Amino acid sequence: MSVAPKRENYDVVVIGAGPAGLAAAATSAKAGLSTLLLDENIGPGGQVFRAIASTPVTERNQLGADYWVGADLVQSLRASNAEVIHRATVWSLDRNLDIAVSIGGASAFVKAKRVILATGALERPFPIPGWTLPGVMTAGAAQTMLKSSALVPDGRTVIAGQGPLLWLLAAQILRLGGRIDRILDTTQRGNYFAALPHAFAFLTSPYFAKGLSMMREVRAKVQVVSGVTELAASGDGQLASVSYVAGGKRETIAADLLLLHQGVVPNVNLAMSAGIEHRWDDLQLCWSPVLDASGNSSVAGIAIAGDGAGIGGASAAVVRGRIAARAAVEALAPASAAKLPAMATLRSDLAKAERGRLFLDTLFRPAPQFRIPSGDTIVCRCEEVTAKDVLDSVAIGATGPNQLKAYRRTGMGPCQGRLCGLTVTELMAGARGKTPQEIGYYRLRAPVKPITLAELAAVPKSEADVKAVVRG
Amino acid sequence: MFKRSEQDKRPQVQIFVDGVAVAARQGDTVSAALLASGVDARRSTAVSGAPRLPYCMMGVCFDCLVTIDGVGNRQGCLVPVAEGMQIEIQKGKREIGK
Repeated sequence: MSVAPKRENYDVVVIGAGPAGLAAAATSAKAGLSTLLLDENIGPGGQVFRAIASTPVTERNQLGADYWVGADLVQSLRASNAEVIHRATVWSLDRNLDIAVSIGGASAFVKAKRVILATGALERPFPIPGWTLPGVMTAGAAQTMLKSSALVPDGRTVIAGQGPLLWLLAAQILRLGGRIDRILDTTQRGNYFAALPHAFAFLTSPYFAKGLSMMREVRAKVQVVSGVTELAASGDGQLASVSYVAGGKRETIAADLLLLHQGVVPNVNLAMSAGIEHRWDDLQLCWSPVLDASGNSSVAGIAIAGDGAGIGGASAAVVRGRIAARAAVEALAPASAAKLPAMATLRSDLAKAERGRLFLDTLFRPAPQFRIPSGDTIVCRCEEVTAKDVLDSVAIGATGPNQLKAYRRTGMGPCQGRLCGLTVTELMAGARGKTPQEIGYYRLRAPVKPITLAELAAVPKSEADVKAVVRG
Repeated sequence: MFKRSEQDKRPQVQIFVDGVAVAARQGDTVSAALLASGVDARRSTAVSGAPRLPYCMMGVCFDCLVTIDGVGNRQGCLVPVAEGMQIEIQKGKREIGK
C-alpha cells in the first residue's frame, strides 16, 4: 500500500509537509532539483493546514481565510515535480545527510545533497495537576479533529491557557456548533506592560485586527475568566471537574473536556539527533536551533525552515521555506536561481510576516507556575514521573536531564521527551540555581520515533555490516 | 465528548472496536473515530495501568497507543480507518505476538 522512495539519491529532501515544507519542496522542485518530500501525516498541511486537501468542513468561512492559504501551497507543490510520500516517518538523519524513513512498517534509506527540516512545532507541555486524565487534551488536538473530521466538543467544555491559537480554536468550535462553557485565560497581568513597548509593530500587523475580531466573536458567546493564576483537573479515571484561582478566588466547575494551550515550541527531536546546535531562547522559553539568515544549521547541508527554526507562525514559515529552498538552489544549481524570487525580496517578505511577533511572544510568555510544576504533578507522562521525583533526584545528585534518565527514566518513554523535556530542563535549572542553557537537554539519538526490532532487523545488510558485529 | 458537524458528508466506514461494530467516516484517524464513537476507548498505561485517552492528536504524545489489526502500540492518531479494521483498546504493555 505504501510507496518507497523512487530513488536512493536526491538533490533535496524536505522533511515535513506543513507551510514551510510545502513551500520549500515546491520551490526546490520548480528550480529543477530532484526533490523528495517526506511527511508523517495522512495528507499535506502539517498542523496549521491540517487536512487541507480532505477536510469535511465545507463552509469555508468557518475555518477562516488563513487556513485556505494552504490550498494554494498544495496546488503549487502538486504542479511541481517533487516526489511526495505521506505516512512516512523519518527516524534517522545524520551528518552525512543519510536519512532513514519508515513507510508502512518497512524502512527505506535515501541520501540527500541538502536537507530542509520542516518538522514544525508542538504544543508546549502544560503540566498541571490532572493533565494526564482522560478528557484533558491540547487545544491543538481539538483543532486537529475539527479540521480533519469536523468534530466539535459537545459535552461540558473548558478551554484554558493563552495565545492566539486558543481564540482561533474557540471561534472555530462555536462556528461549527460546538460547545464551550468557559474560557480560563492564564495570561499574566504583568505581561501586558512588558509587551507595551512592542505594541506599535503589533498594532500595524495583520494579527491585530484579526485577533481583536476573533476575541469579540468568542466573548459574545462564552464566559471568559481572565487573570487565572492556578489551574487543576480532577476526576477518578476521567475528568470530572476543573478548579482554578482568579483574582484570589477559587472556583470549581464540572467538566467533561478540558482543552489546554500555552503556545507552541519547536519540535527539536530530529534536528538535535542530527547534531544541530540549539540554544535556549529566553523569550520563547524553548530550544531554538542556531541558524544563519538562510536557515543553514551548524551541520553542513542541513537547513531548518518553519516553526522548527524558532516560532514565527505560518506566514513566516512559508517564507522561511522559500528562503531555505532558494539557498539550496543557489548551492546546487546556481543558474536556476535566477528563476526564483530574489533573496532580498524573500527577506523583506519575512520581515513583514514576523511583524508583531515580539509583542505576541512577550504578551503570551507563559507564567512559571504553568511551566514548572511541583509536588505530585506528573512531569513525564510516559514514565509517570512527578515533579517531586525529579526534585528528589536532584537532591541526591542528578545534575541534568541526561543523568536524570538513570534515576527516573524521564524522557525514555515512547514520546522521547517531547512532552517533558522543557519541563525537566526548567525544573532542574530552578532546583540547581542554573540557567536552562547550563542545564541542557536530553541527548537525542536515532531512532527519533519508536520502530520495531523486526523492522530494524529487516534492514538490508552488507557483508561488512555483518562482519562488524559477528564474532570469530 | 465530541459530535460530528452536520456538514460532514463523507461516506461511512465500518470498523470494529473490541469486536463491536462502530461507524466511522472515511478520512478519520483511528483516534478521532474512537473519540467520536462514544465508546470507552481509554487505554491503560504500561507503567501504572492508569487510564488515558489521546492528548495531542498529532503524533507526539503516544497516549493514543492502540492495537490495530493485531499489531500493538500503533499511534491511532496517525492511522486512517479502513473498512473492517479491527481495533483493540490496549491495556498495558504491547503483548508478545501483537
